[in-house]
Amino acid sequence: MIGFPILSLMLLVPLVGAVISLVSDRKTARLVALAATLVDFVLGVLLWTHYDIGGAQWQFREHAAVFAGFDWKLGIDGIALMLIVLTVFLMPVCIGASWNSIEKRAGEYYAAFLFMETLMIGVFAAQDLFLFYIMFEAGLIPMYLIIGIWGGANRIYASYKFFLYTLLGSVLMLIAMFWMANAAGTTDIPTLMEYDFPPQAQTWLFLAFFASFAVKMPMWPVHTWLPDAHVQAPTAGSVILAGVLLKMGGYGFIRFSLPMFPIASAHFAPMVWGLSIAAVVITSLIALVQNDMKKLIAYSSVAHMAIVTVGLFAFNRQGLEGSMVVMLSHGIVSGALFLAVGVIYDRLHTREIVRYGGLAINMPYYALFFLLFTMASIGLPGTSGFVGEFLSLLGIYKESSLIALVATTGIILGAAYMLYLYRRVVFGDQKNADAAAMPDLDFREWAMMVPLAAAVLWMGVYPESFIAPMRKDIGTLEARVAIARPKGDADVKFGGKTPAAVAATLGSAQLKGAK
Amino acid sequence: MSHILIIVFAPLVAAIIAGLGNKRLGAVPSKLITTGALFVSCALSWPIFLAFLGGHAETTVTPVLNWVHSGDLNFAWALQVDTLTAVMLVVVTSVSALVHLYSWGYMSEDPDQPRFFAYLSLFTFAMLMLVTANNLVQMFFGWEGVGLASYLLIGFWFRKPSANAAAMKAFVVNRVGDLGFMLGIFGVFLVFGTVSIPVILHEAPGLAGTTIGFLGFRFDTATVLCILLFIGAMGKSAQLGLHTWLPDAMEGPTPVSALIHAATMVTAGVFMVCRLSPLFEQSQTALNFVTFIGAATCFFAATIGTTQTDIKRVIAYSTCSQLGYMFFAAGVGAYGGAMFHLFTHAFFKALLFLGAGSVIHAMHHEQDMRYYGGLWKKIPLTFIAMTAGTLAITGVGIDDVFGFAGFYSKDAILEAAYARGTDIGLFAFALGVFAALLTSFYSWRLVFLTFFGKPRWDQSEHIQHAVHDAHGHDDHAHHDHGHDGHAHHDHASDGTAGYHPHESPLNMLVPLGVLSLGAVFAGFVFAPQFLSEGSGEFWKGALVFNEHLLHAMHHVPGWVKLAPAGVMLTGLAIAYYAYMVNTALPAAFVRQFGFLYRFLLNKWYFDELYDAVFVRPAMWLGRFFWNVGDIGIIDTFGPNGVAKVVALASRGAVRLQSGYLYSYALVMLVGLVGAISWVIAR
Repeated sequence: MIGFPILSLMLLVPLVGAVISLVSDRKTARLVALAATLVDFVLGVLLWTHYDIGGAQWQFREHAAVFAGFDWKLGIDGIALMLIVLTVFLMPVCIGASWNSIEKRAGEYYAAFLFMETLMIGVFAAQDLFLFYIMFEAGLIPMYLIIGIWGGANRIYASYKFFLYTLLGSVLMLIAMFWMANAAGTTDIPTLMEYDFPPQAQTWLFLAFFASFAVKMPMWPVHTWLPDAHVQAPTAGSVILAGVLLKMGGYGFIRFSLPMFPIASAHFAPMVWGLSIAAVVITSLIALVQNDMKKLIAYSSVAHMAIVTVGLFAFNRQGLEGSMVVMLSHGIVSGALFLAVGVIYDRLHTREIVRYGGLAINMPYYALFFLLFTMASIGLPGTSGFVGEFLSLLGIYKESSLIALVATTGIILGAAYMLYLYRRVVFGDQKNADAAAMPDLDFREWAMMVPLAAAVLWMGVYPESFIAPMRKDIGTLEARVAIARPKGDADVKFGGKTPAAVAATLGSAQLKGAK
Repeated sequence: MSHILIIVFAPLVAAIIAGLGNKRLGAVPSKLITTGALFVSCALSWPIFLAFLGGHAETTVTPVLNWVHSGDLNFAWALQVDTLTAVMLVVVTSVSALVHLYSWGYMSEDPDQPRFFAYLSLFTFAMLMLVTANNLVQMFFGWEGVGLASYLLIGFWFRKPSANAAAMKAFVVNRVGDLGFMLGIFGVFLVFGTVSIPVILHEAPGLAGTTIGFLGFRFDTATVLCILLFIGAMGKSAQLGLHTWLPDAMEGPTPVSALIHAATMVTAGVFMVCRLSPLFEQSQTALNFVTFIGAATCFFAATIGTTQTDIKRVIAYSTCSQLGYMFFAAGVGAYGGAMFHLFTHAFFKALLFLGAGSVIHAMHHEQDMRYYGGLWKKIPLTFIAMTAGTLAITGVGIDDVFGFAGFYSKDAILEAAYARGTDIGLFAFALGVFAALLTSFYSWRLVFLTFFGKPRWDQSEHIQHAVHDAHGHDDHAHHDHGHDGHAHHDHASDGTAGYHPHESPLNMLVPLGVLSLGAVFAGFVFAPQFLSEGSGEFWKGALVFNEHLLHAMHHVPGWVKLAPAGVMLTGLAIAYYAYMVNTALPAAFVRQFGFLYRFLLNKWYFDELYDAVFVRPAMWLGRFFWNVGDIGIIDTFGPNGVAKVVALASRGAVRLQSGYLYSYALVMLVGLVGAISWVIAR
C-alpha cells in the first residue's frame, strides 16, 4: 500500500495536463503532455510494485461520498492493475508518435489525449457502477474528436460510424445498470460481482451489456466501425484505440458479464463461440485481401479479439488467463504495428501497401522492429502473442475441440496475411523512388520502438510478471463461473479397463480430462 | 553440465550481436563472432556425445527460467540432455559450424553478410532449444524458431519475388502442420494434465483402452494425440501433402539448404516422433499412419527427383524422400534406425548440398544440370566430395566389410520394415526398395550430368553473362573486337563458351572434406552403438528400443538383405546407360511417355492443386466477405441504413453531421440525469 490516494492522483495528473495543454501553444503542449504521461507512467510502475500479490482482492481503495448513492469509489484488483499499466505505458508512446505529425490545433489535440487517459484509467479503477458508466462512455468522446478533427480525408464518416455503433450499445447498458442498481440496492461493483441476479433477469441483462461490449471488442458482425476508425485516425489515435479502447470490451466481459451473470454467460456461450470463430475465419480472410496497411491491421485486431472472447467463454483458468494475456499483448503489439505504419506514413503520407516495398534496404532497423511485431502478432513462441493465444486456445479446447480447431486456424491465416503484408512492404525490390529514399528510424522513433519491443519479448519469455498479479482474481472469477462451465467434448473415457485401474497406472492427479 | 548453457546460448548471443551490429559491425567481425560461437558449441557438444557413447553419462536437466504458470499448467525453460539430445547436439552444431565456415567462401561477395550469419546462428539456437526441450511447449518454441529462421533465410535475397514467395509458402505451410501440433499439445495436456515430456512418456502406457472425444466423435486417445502431433511433424519434415514448401525453399542460399533443409530442421519431425516414441507405441493406428505417410513420401519424392533438372531441386526431393525412410522406420518401430539414418543423412546430405553449392559457385550461379557437363577435370575436389556423398546416399557397401554411411542406415531401415512382418511393413519395404532404385538412378544421374560428358555450358544464360561480362571488360581494355569475336567462335564448338570454372576456395573445401569423412565413415564407426543388441545401453530409454525387431532383422531372408544392393546397382546401371552411353535415351523416353514425364516434372501437380483448392478460394472468400459481407450487407443495413433513416427523419444530413457530438453528449446527459433522479427518488 502507498501513503497517498494514488489512483485519484493518476486521474488528476493527465487532467491537469489537459487543462494546461488546452491553453498552450504546440511546443509547450506536447512537452506538458509528455511530462504528464511520463509522471503517470511512473505512478503506474509504483502502483504495480506496491500491489500486494495475493493480498486483498481490492487494493488502493478510495471512497468519497459525492451525493447520496453516487460515490467517488476507486480501487483495483490485479486485472485492472495490468490494464492500467498497459494504458500508462502506451500513452507516452502516443505522445511521441504525435510529436511532429500533429500541427493543427495541437493544444486541443494533446488535451484530448490527456483527458482520454484520465477516463481510461477511470474505467479500470472505478468501483461504482455509474462512475464506471461515465468514464466508459465519456472516454469515447475524446476519441471521437481525435478521429473527427485530426483524422484523414473520410474522417466524418468514420467518426459517425464509430459513434452510431457505440451509441446503440451504451443506451442498452445504461438501462440495464438502472435495473441492476434498483434490484440489488447498490451500485458497488465488488458487491454486484457477488450478487446473484435471478436467472431470468440475467438473460436480458447479459444481452444489454453484451450489446455494448461486443461493439467495443469489436465482435463480428458489429466490427465494421473499427477498420474505418483506424484508417481515418491519426497514428496515435490508432495506437490507443487498438491498445486500450478495445480492451474496455474485454474488461467489461471480465468485470460484469461473467461474474454478474454467470448463468446467462453459460447460456449464451455457444453464441459467443460461434461469433468468435466466425470472426477468426472471416476477418482473417478479409485481412488477406486488404491494400491499406491500417485496414489490414484493423481486421487482424478483430480476429485477435475473437481469441479473447473464445478464451473468456471457456470459463476455465487457462482460457481466462490466456484472454487477459492476449489483451495485454494485443495492446502492445497492435499498438506497435500501428506505430510502425505511422513511421512510414509520416514519411510518405500514404497507407497504400503497393507504394512501399524494399524497405529492408534503406530502413534495416525499421525492418527488424516491424519483423518482431509481425511475429508477435502471428504468435511466435518467445513473443507476447504466443503465450495468451496458446493459453486461450488450450482453454477452449478443454470445452470444445471443434471450436478450438476452427479458432486455431487463425494461426495459419494470421501468418498468411501478416507475412503477405511484410513481404509487400519490407521485402521485394525498391519499386518506388520516394519509398527508397526514406531514412531509417530517428532517435524519437527508436525511443518509442525499443520499450515496445522489450515489452513484447518480456511478456513472451517471462509472462509470470504479468500473470502473477492477476492469478488470484482470475481464480475468484473461475470459481464464480464454475457453474457455467459446460462439459467438455474432449473428455477421456475408459474402454475395457475400470477407471480405477487406469487411474492407478496414470496417477490419479493426471486424469484431468476424466473428471 | 552447465556446458549445455554455453552450447545453446552462445549462438543466440552471437546472432544478436551480428544482427544488431549489422553493417556497423562489419562483415568480418560478424562472421568471426558467429562462426566462433558455433565452433565453441560444437567443441563442447562432442564430449557430451562421446560420454553417452562410452556409456558413462546420465540424463541431465538444466533449468533456466520459469515460463508459464496458469492453474495446473506449468512449464519452464529448461535444457534436457539425454542420448537422443546428444546425437542431435553433435549433428546440429557440427553441420552448423561447417556451414558457417563454408559460407565465408560462398557468401564472400554478398553485401549482407552480417545479416546472413546472424540468421544462421539464430537458427542454430532455435534448433538447439528444440532438441533440448523437456516439455512440448519449449519444443514448439524451437519448432517455430527454426521456422522463423528458415523463413528469413529462404527469403534472404529478398529482392527476388520468387525468394519471398518461397519464404512465405514455407512459413504458412508449416503453420498448417503447427495447427496439428498445437491441438496435439492441448490434447496431451487434457489427458495427462502436464506438458512435461518425461512425465507424459512415463504415463503413456496408461492410455491403453481409453477413448477421447474429438470433434464430436470418440477415438482411441493415443491415436488422436499421436496423429495430431504427427501432423506437425509432417509439416516440418515436408511429408506428403505438406511437402510443397521444401523444393521452393531452394530459393535460399545453398549453405542454408544444406544446414536447414537437409541436415537439421527438416529432421525435427523425425526427432519428435522418436522423442515421443513411448507415446506413439500406444497406438498401432498412429504408427501405421506414420509408416504409410513415410513410405508414400519416400516413393513419391523419389519419382519427382528423377526428372528435375535444377541440381538443388534434385537434392531437395532426395531429402524429402530420405525423410520418408526415417518416418517409416519409426513407424515400424525401428526408432534407433530412424535416428541413425537421421545422423548419417545429416552428413552426406549436407555434403551433397555443399558440393552442389561448390558446383554452382564454379558455374557462375547456374543451377540447371542441363548446362553442366564435363566438370570433373575442372573442379576435381568437389567431384570427389560429391562422389563420396553419392556413394553414401545410394548405400554402397559390402556386409561385414565396409560400407558408406547410408549403407548401414538405409539397409537397416528396409530390413526392419520387412522384419516387422505386418502388411504395412511390407508395403513400406516394397516402396522403400523401389525408392532406393530411384535414389540410385537420380543420384548418379546428377553426377553424370554434372561431371561427365561434354560441357554444355554455352547454353546457359548465366555463363553467357559471365563470359560476356569478362569479354566486355576485355573490349574496354583492349578495343579488340575482332579478336573477341574470333575467340567466341572458337569456344562455341567445345560447349564451354570460353568459360573457365574454378575450384572453390579453401574455406569451402575444408567443410566438404570434413563432411566427406562423415559420409564415408559415420556408418561404419557408429553403427554398433546405434544399431546392435547392446544399443539399449546407449539409448538408455531416450527412445523405445525394440530388441525383438532387431533380432528379427538378423533373420530376414537373404534376398531381403541383398535387395537394396541389387536395386542400387540397377539404378546405377540405368543412369550410366542413359546419361553416359546412349544419351539420346532420356529424350526418347520423354517422347514416348510424355504424360508420365510431365506428371513427374510438374511434381504430381500438387502446387496447382493447392493453388486451386486453397489459395485462390481464400482470396476470393476474403474479397467476398469484405465487399459483400462487410460493405454490402453489414454497412448497408447497419450504420449506413440508420444514417439514411435518420437523415430522412431530420430532413437534412448537414444538420445531423454537426450534431453527432451533441447528441452523444445528450444521451450521456440523459443518463446522468436518470442516475441522479434514481438516487434522489430512492
